[in-house]
Amino acid sequence: MNQLKNFTKGFIKENPVFVLLLGLCPVLGVTTSAINGLGMGLATTFVLVMSNLVVSLVKSLIPPKVRIPSFIVIIASFVTIVDLAMNAYVPALHAQLGIFIPLIVVNCLVLGRAEAFASKNSLGSSIVDGLGMGLGFAFALTLLGALREILGSLSIFGFQIAKGDGMLVFVLAPGAFLGLAYLIALMQRINKN
Amino acid sequence: MAKKESTIVNMVMTLLIITGVASVALAFVYNATKGPIAEAKQAKLEEAIGNVLPEFDKLSEEKKITPADGNDELSFYDAYKGETYVGTAIKTFTDKGFSGRIWIMVGFAPDGSIVNTAVLEHKETPGLGDKMDVAKGTFPLQFKEKNPASFKLSVTKDGGDVQAITAATISSRAFCDATRRAYDNFMNEKNGGTE
Repeated sequence: MNQLKNFTKGFIKENPVFVLLLGLCPVLGVTTSAINGLGMGLATTFVLVMSNLVVSLVKSLIPPKVRIPSFIVIIASFVTIVDLAMNAYVPALHAQLGIFIPLIVVNCLVLGRAEAFASKNSLGSSIVDGLGMGLGFAFALTLLGALREILGSLSIFGFQIAKGDGMLVFVLAPGAFLGLAYLIALMQRINKN
Repeated sequence: MAKKESTIVNMVMTLLIITGVASVALAFVYNATKGPIAEAKQAKLEEAIGNVLPEFDKLSEEKKITPADGNDELSFYDAYKGETYVGTAIKTFTDKGFSGRIWIMVGFAPDGSIVNTAVLEHKETPGLGDKMDVAKGTFPLQFKEKNPASFKLSVTKDGGDVQAITAATISSRAFCDATRRAYDNFMNEKNGGTE
């Protein structure tokens, strides 16, 4: 497969959030601000790339019947590494994202790519796929986070852009659903053309 | 390459090797990050103590006290400048927050008045309850240099003197609760206390 196409499909055509609708729990949970979305997206990207890499390397050594538990152990290890590293080097962001970092383990996007892509494709393609999907995920989370932050707190990446109180509902949980719905509608529109 | 067959030996061996490698890798990462994690935590704690107390050059050992009305410990840090006692920083908490426990550092002058407050850890709603953090709002400033003996530590809605954060009364109440718990225990400790 064409590597460039393989990479860019994660952004628009097969965007994990807007088109595949995978891993929506962190999408709804952490996107209260753009920086949270970006941090979560990048953490997931790291896990996705590393698990795709390892799964692709060991795919022929794993008996098919135990492939899911094997993948989960691999993914869980990388998630724990990310959790520890973020706790050590970006404690503020780690405190903000809280429980959602360990929950990357059960993000169906990560296991989905390992099972559907990395276990069937070459090492190079798997890394590119992980990178594309991960950055597409980060892109979607940042976009939704920015939207909610602008409407809800009238700021972007923590910088105040206007005075006053924003629309409260966008900071709270219902705002995540509303924002996501509009972004998905917009993406569908773009993909159709 | 042909797929490995799913015999019992193959499956057990594969899982054993994978979990073994994963454990070694995690142990390694854990050891590498243990130091920085503790340092970051300590730095945050010290920064908070520095923010809530007047200038000091010596800090006593942490002293843990279990309050009568709580299920966790408060930590007391006495500060001295030279030989003079200048105040106590108390790490206090509340479970009355909007989402989960809130940890706050409150500094008291020797006469029992609040020097300053700092939020250590909270999970309040961004844009609403997180205004209790001095980086996000002016709410905590009203506690500065107030003596709880005359300044009632509850929100105006409950008959107190604290102006609640707009649309975040629960978070504001929680903040008051934590501060009050620190004050009560501080006074209790000062007047003989339990030890």
